[in-house]
Amino acid sequence: MSPLVSIAGLHVAFNGVPVLRGVDLALGKGEAVGLVGESGSGKSVTWLAALGLLPRHAKVSGSVRLDGRELLGAPAAELDLVRGGRVAMIFQDPASALNPVLTIRKQLCEALALHRDLQGEAVKAEAKRLLDLVGIPDAARRLSAYPHEFSGGQVQRIMIAMALAGNPDLLIADEPTTALDATIQAQILELLSAIRREMSMAMVLISHDLGVVAENCDRVAVMYAGRIVEQAPSNQLFADPVHPYAQGLIGALPPLDGPRRRLTAIPGTVPDPAHMPGGCAFAPRCAFAAEPCGLAAPRLAPIANDRTVACIRAEASRRALLGMAAE
Amino acid sequence: MSAPLVEVSAISRSYSMRSGMFGRATAVHAVDGVSLSIAKGETLGLVGESGSGKSTTGRIVLGLEPPDRGAVRFDGKPMAAPGTAAWRAQRARMQMIFQDPLGALDRRLPVATQIREPLDIHGLGTPAEREARVRELLRAVELTPAHGARYPGALSGGQRQRIVLARALATKPDFLVCDEPVSALDVSIQAQVVNLLCDLQAQLGLTLLFISHDLRVVRQISTIVAVMYLGRIVEIGSADDLFARPEHPYTQALVSASPAPGRRSAGRIVLAGDPPNPAARPQGCAFHPRCPRAIARCASEVPALSAVGGDRQVACHLVTGAETRDAA
Ligand SMILES: Nc1ncnc2c1ncn2[C@@H]1O[C@H](COP(=O)(O)OP(=O)(O)OP(=O)(O)O)[C@@H](O)[C@H]1O
Ligand SMILES: Nc1ncnc2c1ncn2[C@@H]1O[C@H](COP(=O)(O)OP(=O)(O)OP(=O)(O)O)[C@@H](O)[C@H]1O
Ligand code: SF4
Ligand code: SF4
Ligand SMILES: [Mg+2]
Ligand SMILES: [Mg+2]
Repeated sequence: MSPLVSIAGLHVAFNGVPVLRGVDLALGKGEAVGLVGESGSGKSVTWLAALGLLPRHAKVSGSVRLDGRELLGAPAAELDLVRGGRVAMIFQDPASALNPVLTIRKQLCEALALHRDLQGEAVKAEAKRLLDLVGIPDAARRLSAYPHEFSGGQVQRIMIAMALAGNPDLLIADEPTTALDATIQAQILELLSAIRREMSMAMVLISHDLGVVAENCDRVAVMYAGRIVEQAPSNQLFADPVHPYAQGLIGALPPLDGPRRRLTAIPGTVPDPAHMPGGCAFAPRCAFAAEPCGLAAPRLAPIANDRTVACIRAEASRRALLGMAAE
Repeated sequence: MSAPLVEVSAISRSYSMRSGMFGRATAVHAVDGVSLSIAKGETLGLVGESGSGKSTTGRIVLGLEPPDRGAVRFDGKPMAAPGTAAWRAQRARMQMIFQDPLGALDRRLPVATQIREPLDIHGLGTPAEREARVRELLRAVELTPAHGARYPGALSGGQRQRIVLARALATKPDFLVCDEPVSALDVSIQAQVVNLLCDLQAQLGLTLLFISHDLRVVRQISTIVAVMYLGRIVEIGSADDLFARPEHPYTQALVSASPAPGRRSAGRIVLAGDPPNPAARPQGCAFHPRCPRAIARCASEVPALSAVGGDRQVACHLVTGAETRDAA
C-alpha cells in the first residue's frame, strides 16, 4: 500500500543552525502515529515544515509527499488547499489559534467555505453538526459565542471541530491535551479516537506523554536532536525499546502500580543544536557509547518487520543476525 | 508513627473574584475545611484538578498567606505572626520550590550568589562558611562550582530546578513544599530531579508536601496522598494503596485517566461534563454533576471525609465503611 504521507531526508535550519537533520517518516491511510521526544527535538518543526508553515528564514530541504505529490516548494495556492483541507493541524497553543474577536460560527464557517463546496444554510448546518460532533452542549446557541466564553476543554473541542471542517485525511495534533486536566484530557483523546474511527482519518499525535501516545497510536516514532531514532508499533516499543534513548525515556517513567523502583534517569542534557556532537547525537549521554559512535551518525535502518532504529549497536546485532541467517 | 511536623486543621480560604468588567464579585472558595497532618520525614502528595486549591493549601501551610479560618501548627507550635523574629526563625525551617525554575531565579545574578542568598538573609555563618556551604549544596544537587558561576540562562531546565532546590536547602530546612517542581521538565530530566529529591529526603530526613497533577510522579515520591476536588479533600490514604484501589469516584476517574504504556484504554472511566468551576461550586457533593454514580442525596448533602478502613478516608455517600471496601 502506498503511504498517505511520506517524509524523506527532511532538513530544516534556522540561521545556519540545523534543527532537523534528516527526518524519514511515512504514514499510511487511517493510521495513527505518535511522535515523542525531548523538548526541542523537532517534533513541531517537522510538521510545520511539511505544511510550509515555517517563517521565511527557515531553510528547508528534502521531500514531503502527500499521495505522491511533492509538497515542499509547491505553489502557495496548492498548499492553502492542502492545509485545513486534506491535512489539518491542531496547534500546541490553542488560545493562539482561535481569533478572540470573532464568534465561533464565523470562524467555523470561514473554514467550511474555504474547503468545502457548501453554500448558505448548508454552511451553518454543517457548523452546528461539527460542534455537536465534538460534544459542545447546546451547539446551535453556542455558535454565536466568542472563544473566551468557553472552558479550556471546550476550546480544545472547538479547535478539533475547526480542524475537521475540511474533512481531512490526516490530522496533525500537536500536544492537543497538554494544558488540560487529566480527566478532561481523557475526554478529548476519547473524542479524537472516536472521530478517527468514524472518518477513517490518519493522525499524527505529538506528545511528550508516552502513556498518551502508547494508548492512542498504532505506531510510535521517537525523535532525538532533529532525527528519528526509533520507530516501531506502540506495544513493541514500550515492551522492548531498542535505541538507548528510547530505553531511557521508558525507564524514566515512574510506574503507577507495582513495586516502586529507582527511576533510570538519562544523565546529562540534550545537545545544543549549534554545537551538535559529530557522529551519534546521543553519544554524550549514552551508557553504551563506544568509539565508532563518534565517527558517523547511525542511519535509521530496519531491525524487524515495521521496526527501524538508528543505533550502531542495533546495526551490529542486525548484521550478526543476518550473518547467521546466511550461513 | 512519629509526631506530626506539620498539622493543618480545617483551614479555609476564599478570594473574591469579579466576573466580567461589571459583574458582581463572587467568592471563590479556594480551600474549604482542609485538614492534613504530615509526620517527620514523610512525604504527603497533593493531587487534583487545576483550581482545586493545591497551591493555596501549600501557601497557607508555609505561612505565606493566612487562612480565613482554621490553623496550621509547625513542630507543635502555632505559626508565628508574620514579620516577627519567631516567624523568621520558623520560616528558615521551611522552604518552597515552584514549578517555573526560571521565574524563581534572578536572570542577572550568578546562580551561586542566589544559592547563598538565604544564608545572607538569615545571617547564617561567616562569609567563608557560607561559601563552603554553597559548594556543598552544589555538590548535593550534583552540580559543580563551574555551574555555580553561570547565570540561569546558561543552564538547562533540569539544572535550574536543581539550583532552586539547592537554594531551598541552604538554610537546612526541615520542611519543603514543592509545587509542581518537575512539571516543566522533560521526562528524562524529570527523572533526574525526582531521584535527587528522593535521595536528599532520605539523607536529610526532610518532610515534604509535594504538589503535582502527575499521579506517577506523586506516587514515586509520596508516602501518603491526598486528592483534592474544588477546595476539599475527597480522599486520602497511603500512596500505593490509594492508586491501586481508589475508592472515591473522582479518584477512580483520575487514576483511570492516567495512561499507561502497555495498557489499552478499554474500560477507562471517561467523565462526561465540563471541568469544575471554582467560582460556581455545585451544592452537595461538588463532584455530583460529573459523577457516574451520583444519587439524589449527592446534590444536596455534602459528604464528610470519613475513615473507611485501613488508613483510608473518603468523602462520598456511597463509600462508607469496611463492608464497601471488602466488596470492591
Ligand atoms: N521559528 C524558529 N526560529 C528559530 N528556531 C526555531 C524556530 N522554531 C523552532 N526552532 C528551534 O527548532 C528546534 C526544534 O523545535 P520544535 O518546536 O520542533 O521542538 P519540539 O520537539 O516540538 O519541542 P516541544 O516538545 O518543546 O514542543 C528547537 O531548537 C527550536 O528552538
Ligand atoms: N490570589 C488569588 N486571588 C483570587 N483567586 C485566587 C487566588 N489564588 C487562587 N485563586 C483561586 O483559587 C482557586 C484555587 O487555586 P489554586 O492555585 O490553589 O489551585 P491549584 O489546585 O493549585 O491549581 P493548579 O493545578 O492550576 O495550579 C482557583 O479558582 C484560583 O483561581
Ligand atoms: S549509536 Fe552509540 S552512542 Fe548512539 S545510541 Fe547507539 S550505542 Fe549509543
Ligand atoms: S457523594 Fe455522590 S456525587 Fe459525590 S462522589 Fe460520592 S456518589 Fe459521586
Ligand atoms: Mg513542539
Ligand atoms: Mg497550583
